[in-house]
Amino acid sequence: MDQEIVFYIIIGMMAVTYVPRVLPVLALSSRELPPIVVRWLGYVPTAVLSAMLVPSLLAPEGVINFGFDNTYLWVAIPTLAVAMFTRNFFGTVAVGMGLVAAVRYFF
Amino acid sequence: METTMSSQKIRFNDALMSAIKQALPIVLGFLPVGFAYGVLARKTGISVDNTVLMSLLVFAGSAQFIAVGLLASGASAMSVIITTFVVNLRHLLMSAALSPYLRKWSKLELAAFGFQLTDESFAVHSTRFAKGDVGKSETFLINSIAQLAWVGGTVLGIVSSSLISDIKPMGLDYALPAMFIALLIFQIKDRTHVVVGVITGLISTALALGGAGQWNVIIATLIGASLGVALSWTKK
Repeated sequence: MDQEIVFYIIIGMMAVTYVPRVLPVLALSSRELPPIVVRWLGYVPTAVLSAMLVPSLLAPEGVINFGFDNTYLWVAIPTLAVAMFTRNFFGTVAVGMGLVAAVRYFF
Repeated sequence: METTMSSQKIRFNDALMSAIKQALPIVLGFLPVGFAYGVLARKTGISVDNTVLMSLLVFAGSAQFIAVGLLASGASAMSVIITTFVVNLRHLLMSAALSPYLRKWSKLELAAFGFQLTDESFAVHSTRFAKGDVGKSETFLINSIAQLAWVGGTVLGIVSSSLISDIKPMGLDYALPAMFIALLIFQIKDRTHVVVGVITGLISTALALGGAGQWNVIIATLIGASLGVALSWTKK
């Protein structure tokens, strides 16, 4: 792999990542947004996190898989329960990773 | 003079302690994911310098994994950059969602804040800001600690990459989904949020499988947030 090209790719990745991150705070933070827009933005966290998560659970290999071999999906259920009942971020991540490792070890 | 100095110092120490406490969950998530990225990038044949540089300059978990995968498959520079753009376009919505809380910030502060905006720090800040915790030094400290963990995890991954043949037996590849599960659960405030979460996730999956490529996250989010507004109206 040509590392010089990789370097320029990284610079390009930085640019296209930074612009969407910074533009809205620069452009919007100085003005009053209509209440409906603020409410809409209030649903963005839930929507965007779920939009990223659910496909990786239902179709980790790019096809829907409800089979028992879909470790990602089945481990998500106890992981979700841990998050709901403990409200503990680290515990949730640790249980999730631990269960995946255990499933792979024992099955 | 001396008293103001020491009280400033105390205030900074308070902010630092509070930032560490709030950043700790992100740190514990970022270390294994950064580690997995470091291992993967080195195994793919990306140099040590470039592997660290990507974590420093791009600082975007999923995009870095996708980029490594694309580079491994011999994709063109342009396709890696365009895919990164589409994958990270979701931050546009996160940045917009946080903007109402950042009224009093200078342009330079906003420019610095934007650079370190990630899914995880967004989730933490949107909870903090909604509670009225908008302290600048605390915000920047949380972001910097998080990035330090990301880069640190990357470096640990690089160092261990020759010892580890596969990250899968350790479950490290599940750090990202597990993190998103926790972050998502912490966002749920009422039943409307549950409906929005479920529907958005299903739409996103349908779009991803239906050939929307990496656009699925953005399109599904736009639909899901609109659905939330519509639902909150019908409830009134």
